[in-house]
Amino acid sequence: MTDKEKREIVIPGEVVATGSEHLPGDNTIRQKDNILAQRYGIVEKSGKLVKIIPLSGIFAPRRGNVIIAQVSDITFNGWLADIGIANNSFLPVADVPKYLDKNNLAEFLDIGDFFTAKIKSVKSKGIDLTLEGRGLGRLDGGMTFIINPNKVPRVIGKEGSMIKIIKDETDCRITVGQNGLVWIKGDKIENEIKARKAIEFVTKKTLINGLTNKVQEFLRGVGG
Amino acid sequence: MAYTKRSDGRKFEQAREIKAKVGVVPNADGSAMFSFGDTVAIAAVYGPHQLHPQHLQNPEKGILRCNYNMMSFSVSDRIRPGPSKRSTEISKITEWALNKSVMIDEFPNTVIDVHIMIPQADASTRCAGINAASMALAHAGIPMRDIATSVSIGKIDKTLVVDVDKAEEDYEGGEGPTDIALTFLNSIDEISHIQLDGKISTKELKEAVKLGREATKKIYEIQKKALKQAVEGSR
Repeated sequence: MTDKEKREIVIPGEVVATGSEHLPGDNTIRQKDNILAQRYGIVEKSGKLVKIIPLSGIFAPRRGNVIIAQVSDITFNGWLADIGIANNSFLPVADVPKYLDKNNLAEFLDIGDFFTAKIKSVKSKGIDLTLEGRGLGRLDGGMTFIINPNKVPRVIGKEGSMIKIIKDETDCRITVGQNGLVWIKGDKIENEIKARKAIEFVTKKTLINGLTNKVQEFLRGVGG
Repeated sequence: MAYTKRSDGRKFEQAREIKAKVGVVPNADGSAMFSFGDTVAIAAVYGPHQLHPQHLQNPEKGILRCNYNMMSFSVSDRIRPGPSKRSTEISKITEWALNKSVMIDEFPNTVIDVHIMIPQADASTRCAGINAASMALAHAGIPMRDIATSVSIGKIDKTLVVDVDKAEEDYEGGEGPTDIALTFLNSIDEISHIQLDGKISTKELKEAVKLGREATKKIYEIQKKALKQAVEGSR
């Protein structure tokens, strides 16, 4: 393994760092001189800051996240959507940058349809979505499946390197929502399945170094 | 006759062989298996997800909901499946034991479901259940203060023993059996659950708690190892 420093896995309650020179970051807490982990994950130390990147758990919505949602209900002024978390999310008609017939909202998005959206605000009551942004809107056809939302950054890769390889190798259009929903559309169903397998391969092997090369090998192996 | 030798030849402060594994239920958000010898517990965690009916929701913090169940074939006499007085009690006890360790204030109006199944029972099932549930909660990515570790301490006649099995639980003679189930949060040094079934003096109870603390430290290491190995495997 070419890892410079094997990244440490911690469990809740475990001491991550000792001494007052460290600062507790995400998912950690200070107890006297020690910094304790609060979640199951990987330790990342950047300078003084100690934080934990969780390995599991539900999607934590943030403003500005692009997600894939499924319409669960239609109201008089918008759509209720399921984005894989406990809270309700709502897409108001006012946040759709397009002329719509208010009496027939199902024409634009019907119950069960998938769409990409951006999170406009996160409140205790629920989440507001918006379609204002490039490339947001209904997803026609293709296939949708769920991956662990904590693995999304790995699937996308540094500046989208990983997802680009999968797209190029399979000739598919792929959208990965921050909430762990993935949408794939290709010309042939075989390519879609191939892309899906590659993404699932990435989520299983997140901790391996040089994963982009492995994925390339994997994709060529499946194809040939 | 005093209880000088344990029926299965263990030392008094020795627990049965412990096995722990994480990720045994693929469809759950988090899951774990934990066993003390022939006592096996499987825990699966789902959530946090929305709680219905709505009147049960708490707008201030999330709710932990545990469900303990013994499978009909877990003991030699078939046990009637479904909730019983005993399983309802243990579900509630487990909930209280774990509630101290989880930090679910960030998930208002939601519930975390913990299902504990006992496929094979040989006493101390609630302890195995709590250990499994605690690992499953961590595996599901729930923020926690610590991993709860549980063990049963017995007073068989006049001898204190760690991890009571069925033969000891049914011991007749001398002062008879006393069973104390204890749950510790070791890294933050707290006791989250203690249950006593039988007779014991205050002095002996203190001794038992001390013994339990030592025993759970060893069990904690096994839980920790299991959780870490679940990730190491994918490297």
